[in-house]
Parts: sequence; C-alpha cells; structure tokens
Amino acid sequence: MNDSIAIELRDVVKRFGDVVAVDHVNLQIRDGEFFSLLGPSGCGKTSTLRMIAGFELPTAGSILIHGREMGITPPHLRPVNTVFQSYALFPHMTVAQNIAFGLEMKKTPKAEIAQRVKEALDLVRLSGLEERRPRQLSGGQQQRVALARALVNHPEVLLLDEPLGALDQKLRKEMQLELKSLQARVGITFVFVTHDQEEALTMSDRIAVMNKGKVLQVGTPTEIYERPNCRFVADFIGETNFIDGLVIGRDGNYTVIETPDGLRFRGLATRPLSDGTAVTYSIRPEKVRLLAANGEVPIDGLAGTVLTVNYIGSDTRITVRINDRRTIDVWEQNTRSTLDRDEYWQPGEPAVVVCPPDNALVLSE
Amino acid sequence: MAMLQQQQQRRDRIRLMLLLTPGLLWLVLFFALPLVIIVIYSFMTNDALGRVVYQPTLDNYITIFTQSLYINAYWRSIWTSVLTTVICLLLGYPLALFIARSPQQWRMPLLMLILIPFWTNFLVRIYAWQIILANNGLLNGLLEFIGIGRLSLINNEGATLIGLIYGELPFMVLPLYAAIDRFDFTLMEAAADLGASKVQAFLRIMLPMTMPGVVAGSVLVFIPTLGQFVVSELLGGAKVDYLGNLIQRLFLRANPINWPLGSAMAVLMMIVLLVLIMLYFRATTEEER
Amino acid sequence: MIKTAPAATTLARARGVFAEGRLTWSGLVLTIFSILIYLFLYAPIVILVIFSFTRDEFGVRWTGFTLDWYIRLFNNSRMMGAAWNTLVVASVSTVVSTIIGTLLAMAMERYRFRGRGAMEGLIYLPIVVPEIVMAVALLAFSAIAFDVIKLVTGETLRRNLTTVTIGHIAFSISFVVVVVRTSLKNFDRRLEEAAADLGANSWNVFWRITFPLILPGIIGGALLAFTLSLDDFIISLFLSGPGTSLLPVEVYNRVRRAVTPEINAISTLMLLLSMVLVALSQLLQRRR
Repeated sequence: MNDSIAIELRDVVKRFGDVVAVDHVNLQIRDGEFFSLLGPSGCGKTSTLRMIAGFELPTAGSILIHGREMGITPPHLRPVNTVFQSYALFPHMTVAQNIAFGLEMKKTPKAEIAQRVKEALDLVRLSGLEERRPRQLSGGQQQRVALARALVNHPEVLLLDEPLGALDQKLRKEMQLELKSLQARVGITFVFVTHDQEEALTMSDRIAVMNKGKVLQVGTPTEIYERPNCRFVADFIGETNFIDGLVIGRDGNYTVIETPDGLRFRGLATRPLSDGTAVTYSIRPEKVRLLAANGEVPIDGLAGTVLTVNYIGSDTRITVRINDRRTIDVWEQNTRSTLDRDEYWQPGEPAVVVCPPDNALVLSE
Repeated sequence: MAMLQQQQQRRDRIRLMLLLTPGLLWLVLFFALPLVIIVIYSFMTNDALGRVVYQPTLDNYITIFTQSLYINAYWRSIWTSVLTTVICLLLGYPLALFIARSPQQWRMPLLMLILIPFWTNFLVRIYAWQIILANNGLLNGLLEFIGIGRLSLINNEGATLIGLIYGELPFMVLPLYAAIDRFDFTLMEAAADLGASKVQAFLRIMLPMTMPGVVAGSVLVFIPTLGQFVVSELLGGAKVDYLGNLIQRLFLRANPINWPLGSAMAVLMMIVLLVLIMLYFRATTEEER
Repeated sequence: MIKTAPAATTLARARGVFAEGRLTWSGLVLTIFSILIYLFLYAPIVILVIFSFTRDEFGVRWTGFTLDWYIRLFNNSRMMGAAWNTLVVASVSTVVSTIIGTLLAMAMERYRFRGRGAMEGLIYLPIVVPEIVMAVALLAFSAIAFDVIKLVTGETLRRNLTTVTIGHIAFSISFVVVVVRTSLKNFDRRLEEAAADLGANSWNVFWRITFPLILPGIIGGALLAFTLSLDDFIISLFLSGPGTSLLPVEVYNRVRRAVTPEINAISTLMLLLSMVLVALSQLLQRRR
C-alpha cells in the first residue's frame, strides 16, 4: 500500500428530487487499500459507490480516480469495475464468456482472452467451470465468477456493492477471508460497501462510517471501534453502554460527568468540553469489570445487583442493575473451563461494576 | 456539469423520438384517423348512388334506436358474445391449469399445439365444421352408424356457438395460462393446511389471484365475438342478423351502400363495448380489494 | 438466485399433476378433459387434411385415396396465387409490425415523457376495437385517401395487397407491444449496468446483452403477429379490391357456392408451411 490516492471525492453531493442522498462527502482512498463504506440502509453508501462507477452523476462536487477528474465519463470508459450485489451474471452466456466480456469490449486478441480467462478462474478457484451457465452454479460460485469477471480487466479500483449479502452465514465468513486474501494478492484498491459492521471490521484497512448522506468518521477498524467520534458511530459499531449526563469538570486527563440521578463517571473526551455540556458517556461491555461485592466500592465503581446472565459459550453477557432506572451490560470472557456453578454469576447476586476511565469515552453528540 | 448533463438529456430525447415515431405515425394515420372518419360519417347520410352526403344529422342513430331490426341485432350479438365468453372460460380454465401443471418440457409444445390450428385459416376451419356438422356430414354419419339417427346440427344458433367457441378458445387459454403460471401453488397447500376443501381453496385463493388472466381472456374473447358475422352466416345458416352482418351489408352489399348508417352502428358498437368493459373491470377489480 | 434443492422439490410437488409421483384422481380428470379439448381443437384440422385426399368431389365423404386435388391445386393459379399472397402479406406484416412494436415497447418501458398515457391508450386501443369496426374505418379512410391522392397526383389507386398489409400492420403492432413489454419488464436492468461497467457502450449493451435476452419475447410477438395476419378474414375482406386475391376471401366466395377439396389441399399445405417456419424459428433460437 503506497501513499498515492486512488480515489478522491471532493465535496460530492447527490440529490434525488428533494432527497439528499449524499451530503458533501469528502474522501481519499489510498492505492492498494481495502476501504469500506459502512452504514445503515439509506445512508448513501451505495449511491456513493455508484457515482464512483459512473452509474449516477454527482449533483455537485468532483470525483477523481488516480488524479483524473471523471466528470461525466460514462461507466464503460472508467478504469473501475463493479461486483454487483446480485452478481448480474449474463444468463445467456457461459462462465467463460461472462468473464471474457470486458476483454472483448476492449478488443483484446482471442488468444490473450483465453489465457486471461483461465488465469482469472484460477485466481478465484473455479477452474474447470468455463462452460457452465450461471444458473447451474451455487451462490458462492456465482459470486466468484462475478469477481473474476471484474478482476480480469485489471481495473485500477474494484468496487463491491454488498457482494456477500446473499450468502448464508458460514459461506459469508469464508468469503470474507477469501476476499481479504485475494485483495492482498492482487494488490488492487477495493472499495467495499456493507451494512454489516462485523464484516467491515474484519476485512478493511480503513472504514468510512456513513449516516444520512454524511461521512461521520474515517479510520482504521481499531480507531473506529475504540475511538468513535460521535454517538452514532459508537452505537452502530459493536455494542456499548450509553449513559447521558452533563459535564461537571475535569480530573487530570479525564472529563467528569454527572447523571440526573446523581451518578458520576470519568472518561476520555475527544475534544475540550465546557462544564454543563450535555454529553453521552460510552463504555463497551467487554471493557467493564465486574467484581464480587465485599463492602468496598473502588473509584469508578458502582454497587449493583446482577439482573440477567446470558451464557454464550465463549463469553458471558451480564446485565447489572445499578439503581431503579439504570442497568449496565458487562461481557466477560469465559477463560476457565468449569462446570462449577459458583464460578458463574447468578441473577440476584450483589456485584460491583468498575468502569475504568481509560476505557470510556465522553461523546458530545 | 449542468451543460453536459443537458447534452445527455438531448441525446436521450432524440433516441426516444426515434423509438416512438414509426409507431406513432402508423397508429395515428392508419388507426386513429380512420376511426375519427367513421365517427364523422355516422352523422352524415348517403345518396342514391351510395356516396356520402356531408349534411350533419342524427338520423342514423335514431334509426338504430327505433327499428327493431337493429335493436335485435345488438341484443343478439351481446348475448351470443357473453355466452361464448362464459363457455370459453369454463373450458379454457381447466385446460390452462392442465398445461401450467404439466412437466416443464411439455409446456411450450402444449401451448404451441393450441396455436397451430390458427395457421390454417379461419374460413377454412369454419368450412371444416360445415363438413362435420352438415346433415350428410361426418357427425351425422357417426350418429347413424351407432343407431341414433341424424340430427339437425347445422344452420342453427348452436352451430354458430360451436364455431365461435372454437375460434376464440386459444385467446382465452393463453392469458389464463400466463396468470396460472405465476400462481404460487404452495398457497393451496397452506389453504388445505388451514382446513379449506379443494373447492373452497379454488374459489377463495386461486380464482381471485388469477383474476387478471380471467379478465384479459374474457376481454380478448368478447370483443371479436361481438363483431363477428361469418360464423353465423356459414354455420348458422344466415337466418338471423348479427351486428356484423348488418354492418357488412351496409358497407359492401346493400344497394345503395350506406356508409353513414354502417358507421353509426360501428360507433355504437364501440360505445357498448367500452361501457361493458368498464363495468366488467369495476366488478372484478372491486372483488380484489 | 437459483433455488436451493429443497425449495425446488416443494414447488414441484405442489404443482404437479403427477403429485408425489402418483397420478391423482383430480389430475386424471383434468388430463382427460384436456385431451378432449385438444381433440375438439384438432378434429376439423385432421378432417381437413384427411379429406384433401378423398375422391369425393364434395369433400364430405371418403370414397378413396387420390392426390388429384393437389395436382389440380398446382394448376389452379388463382388459388395458388391467393395462398402466396396471403403468405406474403403475413410475412411483410409480421416483419414491419414486429420492428415498430419492439421500438414502441422499448420507448414505453424505458422512458418517461409527457403524453405517455395518451400513447398507451393509442397503443392498446386496437386490441379493444372489434375487427369489423377497424375494417370499415380503414375502408372509409382508403376511399378518402384515394380521392386525395387522385386530386394531388392524378393517379387512381385501388385497394390492393398493400392496403390489406397496411391494415394488418395497424392491428398487429399492439399485440407485439404487449408481448415485448412483458419481456422487457422481466428483464433485469442491472445486467445492462454490468455490461457498461465492463466497457460496453450503449450500442454493445443493447446488441450483446439486452437484445439476446428479450429475443424470445420478440419472437413470441412476431409469431403472434404472423398468426393474426394469416388467420385474418374481416380486414382482408373489406380491404381487398376486385383485383386482389387472398386465401380467406377466395375460400369465402367458394364456400358460399361450390366447394372442392382443393381448399383442403391448400389448407394442408399452408399448415405444413407454417409449422416448418415455426420449427425453423425454434431451431434458430436454440442455436443461440
């Protein structure tokens, strides 16, 4: 991955009538990186992708591919290829003909086409299926043909529009890993659209989280997960405990907040906040510690009662009641293999919840 | 950006014009315009030589509404058309069902088999029915052979009906097949699971959901039947007058030919048709709600 | 997406006349009923063909095998001429109406424009108008048109094969549009996007992707147009002049007077020809 920019979006806006689908988006996608556009349905990620591909034209702003302004260049003249959500394989052509199509359009000599089709099939591990028709293939196989069909043209960038959406769980996870390793081997920039945050976290070098047409945060999976810059991103990615309150002061590096019912929490703020600001305190369940009640309540601790216990196998998910209105979720890894009931939390047990301030964020919207 | 998008729009408009113009021209010139002409004619009269006299009058319409010859022709045609449509529906629905539920590779051949008779020629097939139904024809020969004796099978309204049904059945079957083919038969299983008998399942589930096909088929059968005249002439013995006979006579055979009156009859036929179809649509689509 | 195996079996089970491998009772009734209807449809055809070989000059009884009528037919230039004309008119009408109809179907399915509703009405009106109304309207129109042409150019035109063809095209267009539109509606437009994404310009997108995939629909429309024209009687009757001869009109005139099995013979030949044409079109399609 070098530092040259493969795709740049400058202040891109897309309106459909009264609806603003993409709202002043600025992005720089680096060469060779696996970049994901992540967000809920309707957030504008697919519209953004389609504008890069050329199927839609921006209402305002510009799109540059390797420094070249795309303007109104139609899709068939852009140096990008797309893998569609429904694969869009041509039903009246064989697998080989499907893959060869892009090369035919560029008037590649027949011998070279045959060679490159073979290489593409090897790349996606579908050798031998050249003469099959799309309807004779399984979902996973069709998906790989779609990949091969796009990659064989050596595009500068590969665009993928939720390509794994139609696959069942197990196949999906397999394909995620395959796509990731494929991208590493081929070295092309991948722009990947998905609404599945786990998928984005698994596969991406960087993620852009979008909502309502805007890009809320761009960063590596770690940055997005550990340092979300707003409530939406903290909520959309993974699970978290949200606690609303007001800023009442600072304590060293930490910002202190107080809730309406008198509880106090310390956490890290992404920017300076004045006293009295309405904020949301966020701490992820796996970052919260649960101690046995023994009379002492440490700093950053709260006394409570275990409410529900959900044994998932690899971890246990516990909800602890703090007071009449509040519960906090705690996730603990089951690091010991035991059937001893006493080793597991039981509903009704008193417990102490500890929220280390280094693990918590104070978000201002 | 905006100017280049305008260029794109202009190209699209040119393409659209190219696509629309041939059809638009043809249909306006050779369909809409002729219809306008006969509407105009319907208000004119003729002279002794059969030429059109351009003096507006309502005489034609008055004639139609007051003389029993014409009134009877309308009622007879409507009644025959309704009967034909209903029988075609009763015969065509099971047939369409049969084809839709046959193994996949048989379906296209079965459908083609329905269309193939249409590649002989309409007249010729009517003539064939004459052979079958004639007093010394095939069917009577068979009946004599098995001892029943001859029946008067031809030159009556029954023969006309057979001829009409024979000619229109494919137009009922094809739309019905299309509708039944799209029908999800697992719904019938669900109905059975919930306690419905086969008849109930059919009436409450299948029929409403295939109603578009029923409507399409009925319309496609009713309309041509309303205007027919040859079948009644060749198989019905030309004993009674249908709308088509009268119009044909007025336009081609009468002495003098009376195009204005014929036009009025044609216009009225179209109005009757439009009214009946609208009522039919309203009746059937209301059931769907 | 392809259906997974379990779903396909369920569907097959729910649909089959031969449900669960056995012939159900109602399936049997349905099958017998359908066979009877097919017999009903083909009885006249079969009789027609068989009686083209009978010696009986009235063609109503079987009195021995002969090929006389076919021989007489080939010498009967009037009949042969009429049959040939009918085929020519049907072919021309099919080609023209299919092209115009397909263009219209694409316009209606792909573009939004003002006056779209009126255009739809215009396209579907011929289906709703009885043939006899159309026939007399075209008759009146041709009379006026000929008068106008005479006024302008001095030439006297008469109704002939061309007028008949024009009439056939006028009512066939609508049917082609209906069939092709259905095909277009079921066409997945993302395939066109995929083709563009892979480097195809508009021309290539249409000819390599769209056209092959809607071709079955176009052929279906063409077949329908051909059938309608071949079988047409009313418009042919009203629009042909004294000089033109078309098969349905010939038969009509003869049937009311004296009939010979030559009519059977010509019908048999036409049927054969039509079946060969259709078989050819199916083969061509399969080749793709």
